[in-house]
Amino acid sequence: MKAQAAQQWLEERIGMSAVTKLAQKKVVPVHRHSIWYYFGGMTLFLFMVQVGTGILLLLYYRPSAETAFESVQFIVSEVKFGWLIRSVHSWSANLMIAVLFIHMFSVFFMRAYRKPREITWLSGVVLLFLALAFGFSGYLLPWNKLAYFATKVGTDIAGVVPVVGKFLLRFLRGGDEVTGATLTRFFGFHVAVLPATATLLIALHLVLVQKHGMSVPPSLEGKPYRTMKFVPNFVLRDLIGWVLAVGALALLAAVLPWELGEKADPFASAPAGIRPEWYFLFMFQTLKLIPAKILSFDGEVIGILSFGVGGLLWVCVPFLDRSPKIAKLLTVIGVVILLYIIGMTIYGYVG
Amino acid sequence: MGSNSQTENQAAQAPESGPRRTFLNFLLGTSAGATLVAVLYPVVKYLIPPEVIEAAQNSVVAGKVKDIAPNSGQIFKFGTKPGILIRTASGELKAFSATCTHLDCIVQYRPDQKLIWCACHNGQYNLGGHNISGPPPRPLEEYTVNVRGEDIVVSKG
Repeated sequence: MKAQAAQQWLEERIGMSAVTKLAQKKVVPVHRHSIWYYFGGMTLFLFMVQVGTGILLLLYYRPSAETAFESVQFIVSEVKFGWLIRSVHSWSANLMIAVLFIHMFSVFFMRAYRKPREITWLSGVVLLFLALAFGFSGYLLPWNKLAYFATKVGTDIAGVVPVVGKFLLRFLRGGDEVTGATLTRFFGFHVAVLPATATLLIALHLVLVQKHGMSVPPSLEGKPYRTMKFVPNFVLRDLIGWVLAVGALALLAAVLPWELGEKADPFASAPAGIRPEWYFLFMFQTLKLIPAKILSFDGEVIGILSFGVGGLLWVCVPFLDRSPKIAKLLTVIGVVILLYIIGMTIYGYVG
Repeated sequence: MGSNSQTENQAAQAPESGPRRTFLNFLLGTSAGATLVAVLYPVVKYLIPPEVIEAAQNSVVAGKVKDIAPNSGQIFKFGTKPGILIRTASGELKAFSATCTHLDCIVQYRPDQKLIWCACHNGQYNLGGHNISGPPPRPLEEYTVNVRGEDIVVSKG
């Protein structure tokens, strides 16, 4: 009786019943491609793990060139379970990007970006770019050798962009070189700018998903199909996935703890075997293979601009898909891109 | 009283029209724009890091002759930039900028191949600093090397 009164009291003040009604009405289509519906929620879960472990790391991390490496060393060697928190943060970041890629390609191949979901796609692709920015900025924070050179190369790539390149490079580095100033900036991006932007975009993305409901593949459109209730049927299935993810993270952190490497030294040669995180590897490998000169242009400039244009076209996919013919072509292009990314990534590890 | 309420009524019916409304909108718009610029300008300027003026350094002691063995290389500080000092197998001393012309990595000497190598993207330069293989688009800047007593003095130009 008291609980009911409390509920009534709350209801009069915040009116949560509108939300619960909406949740009860929500359904998820059931068909042979339904498995792909789980990857968006999985990305969200891993993002929440990142926020949680990130806040924990902030309690001990000290962002300066003199103290960053030592503070991470302190976290993994002195702080109780510090190794676990740090490893889970690194592993979860990688899994999140992997799951994000799967989510994006499944949306692409099921053509879920079509009207009226163009802005859902747009916000999703921008979120992918943000995730890569999270990865790139976070990678520098332990201030180790690999991170130092990855940042040198990565920011130098930004400098290649015509017209605004020099500005971008100095903006990113906080000067002309990668120094402690760069570390401070990246720290600011990583823990303030990116989380705030990502949270807003995730909110928009989720509101749009609720507004439009789940998309079904074109082959099922106009035909009757089964559905399941979002609450509790789909949520409970989601939950199983999340519990499995926690298990996977714990296993990876325990069996393959994330290495710290050696402290960055601005006056040491780049170590042999240096390579970026796997999600940048296909671009890295391409830059490695491109000849110094293509016609009279620098090869690197051509390569970097091509990736830029490619990324832009990818953002525009919902607006390019305007006829069944183009849709088929887009699918073929999507397969080629996917194979290229996978192939180059493997080549990057083996070659 | 009657005429007063009539004008109020007219104003309520057509709030968007009239030169006075247009003028007020113009004032509001330009003030809002000016305020925005006044806020954003310092922010954008703040984002761009200030230029740090460095004393131009034209020569530096890069090491001691006895410390560098034939067929080896080492990185030295040339102001805020890294340089690479190489003693070839025949004993000749050479010095270059150690910044790879491709994407800013720091190169190293490969004694097994007797050339300068960048680990980042597999760029290669010969012992004249010329880019001979891989993605680097330009040669490394070469410095002049002089030996004064035990000191190896590297200078620009």
